[in-house]
Amino acid sequence: MLEFTQHIINGLSLGSIYALIALGYTMVFGILQLINFAHGDVFMLGAFIGMYSSRYFALDRNPSLGSLFIALGCAMIGCAAIGFCIEKLAYRPLRKSPRINILITAVGVSLFLEFSGQLLFGADPKFFPEIYKPSVNWSIGELVINPLQMIVLATALILMMVLQFIIFKTRLGRAMRAVSFSHEYASLMGIATDKIISSTFMLGSALAGAAGVLVGLVYPKVEPLMGVMPGLKAFVSAVLGGIGNVTGAAVGAITLGLAEEFLVGYWASTYRDALAFGILILILIFKPTGIFGVERIEKV
Amino acid sequence: MKILNLFLATAILSLSVISYSDSNEILVGEVGSLTGNEATFGTSTHNGIDLAFREVNKKGGVNGRMLKLLTLDDQGKPEEAALAVKKLITQTKVTAVLGEVASSRSLAMAPIAQRYKVTMLSPSSTNPKVTQLGDYIFRVCFIDPFQGHVMAKFALDTLKAKKVAILRDVKNDYSVGLANFFTDTFKKNGGTVLVDQSYSAGDIDFKSQLTAIRAKNPEAIFIPGYYTEVGLIARQARELGIKVPLLGGDGWDSPKLKEIGGSAIENSYFSNHYSEEDKSPQVVEFIKNYKEVYGSVPDGLAAMGYDAAKVLTLAMTRAKSLNGPDLRDSLAMTKDFAGVTGKITLDKSRNAVKSAVILKITNDGFKYQTTIHP
Repeated sequence: MLEFTQHIINGLSLGSIYALIALGYTMVFGILQLINFAHGDVFMLGAFIGMYSSRYFALDRNPSLGSLFIALGCAMIGCAAIGFCIEKLAYRPLRKSPRINILITAVGVSLFLEFSGQLLFGADPKFFPEIYKPSVNWSIGELVINPLQMIVLATALILMMVLQFIIFKTRLGRAMRAVSFSHEYASLMGIATDKIISSTFMLGSALAGAAGVLVGLVYPKVEPLMGVMPGLKAFVSAVLGGIGNVTGAAVGAITLGLAEEFLVGYWASTYRDALAFGILILILIFKPTGIFGVERIEKV
Repeated sequence: MKILNLFLATAILSLSVISYSDSNEILVGEVGSLTGNEATFGTSTHNGIDLAFREVNKKGGVNGRMLKLLTLDDQGKPEEAALAVKKLITQTKVTAVLGEVASSRSLAMAPIAQRYKVTMLSPSSTNPKVTQLGDYIFRVCFIDPFQGHVMAKFALDTLKAKKVAILRDVKNDYSVGLANFFTDTFKKNGGTVLVDQSYSAGDIDFKSQLTAIRAKNPEAIFIPGYYTEVGLIARQARELGIKVPLLGGDGWDSPKLKEIGGSAIENSYFSNHYSEEDKSPQVVEFIKNYKEVYGSVPDGLAAMGYDAAKVLTLAMTRAKSLNGPDLRDSLAMTKDFAGVTGKITLDKSRNAVKSAVILKITNDGFKYQTTIHP
């Protein structure tokens, strides 16, 4: 029973990591119907920005929540800027071309970021400085909970609600939904579509940046290819929850985290990645819209 | 057509540059993971080899010919290692190849070196299969049956641990082999392996395996992996409240282990090729020279690289000629070479028979515990 409960706690914390990345993924898709494959790599850049800014400000000498917020701020601003550039340079010129072109470009951007990262940062894993150190692990009997992971879980849930709020309750959100409905009609209604699309990208990338710092803190090993697997897993989570749906992404991610945890804990670790992609295949066959997805009627 | 001609001309030009070599030089190839997950393996080994070559060249080279080292990075990937060794042999036409550290990568390289009859000397690949791939493949380190035996005996006799858990990297030939050999000796001597869990190189979350291990209450955990993952495993084990010592092999040997593992990795033990605390004159001099050039204390892999390069140059010096079979036969005769990592004698299976040391990880570095002879 103890082992089982511990597995649940571990699975929740693993799932919340996927959730953090999946939120940005699903938001960009929801608004632009674009699967931004470079999202996982923006997440990697977030981790590196967090690492270098903590070194620059010597944040690890004074580990506190304040230091964590400074690193988070740097990474979010940096990633928002990167997201802006990616959209402007890679996706905007293709706005009018078929969707498949943009999709392939996204794969290209992803590879570009991964391998320029290797050139820029070196391919060897770096140590992420301990900018926030929880004093003790919470434990109930032999059950151990790392406060850091609870912070990740809480952050994921808070960001999810903030996103919901932005999308459904603000002017920006209304404009985003309008753009998502139709670029042309939205611009006829006086919405600056380019600006809205830019801000969507910046918001999504900032989320990825925050995820990068938090993941770096929990698993203190950062390297240029660290975004590949988590990025794919987050994509699976988003599809599982119904891509485009913010709540769905969080639920999908936590489901995937728990599923992986139990698979590895009770069976074999070799199937860890196979499970995620197995789920992806099954979902695409039996319920392509995911858990929370609604069917969309598309004119062809 | 013009463009094609130009292209051909450049190609031919660059080819001729590559295959150009001064007859007064001996080209030696090296394949190593200078970048990637095990980057310190490659860089340390490279430094060790480089230092040895500098010393040999300063003393007049090999029978008057200077040694020239050509190093290719394999990024820690077996397929890249195979490509690199092929390039070194067919294009650069090296006389011999030094490398790799990781057994998975040496296993990818060995068939190619064997096919072209070029002597390959691995500084520190410990999986027994490596030298079984052909009579041109040698190594200057001990092999995993011995290393597994050493750690199993250490766990039983010194730590008094009768029940252990194993956490192995299934993607890694070295890790799988070492785990098996450890299990053999451990069971034969009355110990029990409670649970045998696995992970894959590159994973970052090991909590589910560790939770399963914790439920069985082992007295020690044997983790024959590489330092990057071991650092993270140690952290997560301590987070889950597992306090027993962790045990490992020479794949732990890197300054990065302490950096990634932090205080979580302290009070754990691993077997290695040498200890920097050894007071024998060879070791003291090696550490002094190494520090002068690279500014840091050499780890075990640097020492192995140094010894491998020295053994190879000695074989070159006494070989009848430097063609494949002659160099091979000369290297096979290596006997009682006094290296930094101990006396090196190559046996009939082209492996070195050597003693191993056990190091304890403490707050200020790796501390020597004991030496175990074969």
